Amino acid sequence: MTKEHANWSPYDNNGGTCVAIAGAEYCVVAADTRMSSGYNILTRDYSKIAQLADKCSMASSGFQADVRALQKHLEARHLIYQHQHNKQMSTPAMAQLLSNTLYYKRFFPYYAFNVLGGLDSQGKGCVFTYDAVGSYERVGYSSQGSGSTLIMPFLDNQLKSPSPLLLPAKDAVTPLSESEAIDLVKTCFASATERDIYTGDKLEIVILNAEGIRREYMELRKD
Amino acid sequence: MSKSAIDGPTKGGFSFDLCRRNEMLVKKGLKGPSFLKTGTTIVGLVFQDGVILGADTRATEGPIVADKNCEKIHYIAPNIYCCGAGTAADTEAVTDMVSSQLTLHRYHTGRESRVVTALTLLKSHLFSYQGYVSAALVLGGVDVTGPHLHTIYPHGSTDTLPFATMGSGSLAAMAVFESKYCEGLTRDEGVQLVAEAISSGIFNDLGSGSNVDICVLTKGHKEYLRNHLQPNPRTYISQKGSFSKKTEVLLTKITPLNKLVEVIEGGDAMEE
Repeated sequence: MTKEHANWSPYDNNGGTCVAIAGAEYCVVAADTRMSSGYNILTRDYSKIAQLADKCSMASSGFQADVRALQKHLEARHLIYQHQHNKQMSTPAMAQLLSNTLYYKRFFPYYAFNVLGGLDSQGKGCVFTYDAVGSYERVGYSSQGSGSTLIMPFLDNQLKSPSPLLLPAKDAVTPLSESEAIDLVKTCFASATERDIYTGDKLEIVILNAEGIRREYMELRKD
Repeated sequence: MSKSAIDGPTKGGFSFDLCRRNEMLVKKGLKGPSFLKTGTTIVGLVFQDGVILGADTRATEGPIVADKNCEKIHYIAPNIYCCGAGTAADTEAVTDMVSSQLTLHRYHTGRESRVVTALTLLKSHLFSYQGYVSAALVLGGVDVTGPHLHTIYPHGSTDTLPFATMGSGSLAAMAVFESKYCEGLTRDEGVQLVAEAISSGIFNDLGSGSNVDICVLTKGHKEYLRNHLQPNPRTYISQKGSFSKKTEVLLTKITPLNKLVEVIEGGDAMEE
């Protein structure tokens, strides 16, 4: 009795790559702006980064319909929190909320691969990385999406402390300056674009620091 | 596997002996080896004085770019070239094979090769492999009978056309051709149109990318324009210049070898 396979899938993969890096007083969240389906480009100008709170941004790759639904859900929950507590949600609190939201749909998941970046209550950068069903971890840097396998080893090489035994890499934020981190992110995406067909067109970088939020854009290869 | 005398000479074609075992492994969860496909946009068109072939230069392995600047326009004869889409090994092997066969044929007949000869050799080879040799080709050339352009599909069928496109970017390229092609184009108009069609594939198809290669074939003359257009330079080079290697020296130990081996001065030099 062979199992019958569905001839329709509720999911599609719109491709794309996301990266986040935490610094001592800043956090950088970046994603490309290409949205694709199969071998086609749907649009070259789609933002994968959502502003969840004043000091908290989320970049998500995967199925953009699910990503949009997830973003709307979290924005609504944040609004309710603000009404009930008279303050913005902290990044670790948002991180837990995202995890719970994802696990709530454990048996029909959001096809979304997320990185959450922001400043914690001390003003130090923090990055949280997720899988599709809500398993999360606070890290110093992370990448998700189609280009993550290309970018992650490079970030490990550049950002991971030489001996994890002496300095636990998990909590350590990178000693790089904000401009160095941005340079690193641009290099990551330019390189990933060369070898991953789903990454390209334009890079959107969101920089969160004590002064507020800043956006930068950079052109990527369009082929 | 031994072959007894009764079986007779070994037949050509594929051996399907391992298929059952492969299916069983896939069911158990083994992911088979992937093929290097060329994704690809390839085109050809007939103009006033001959044939122009065009191709992109990206080779993909699934979602990864394996080669950013490969050559997809293959030599068949001095007056015949062939663009290949599909599995890279298949297009290389089949075009090399037919090229060799044609060289021998030229020695045998003492004449310039004809495009239809290459066409027949390619189609009969592909048909005999029942589509398993995954090569989709655009064959073009100029011989004594005039300029010719053909498309050849993996199962062995062929078309003779004034303009043709193949590969994952064929629709993007064909859209350009259908809008702008007309008979009796000049060389420059033809090159411009082919470049436009390939560029359309490069920018709108994710399986194609990097540069545009062009080959112009006319009576008694060929022009291979490798990387005729390079519309995709790297967009960002770090200000840092280079990234530090970040390797950590754990231990340094120096062992003088002359204590362990005997060094003979002079002696015979090693042969290459």
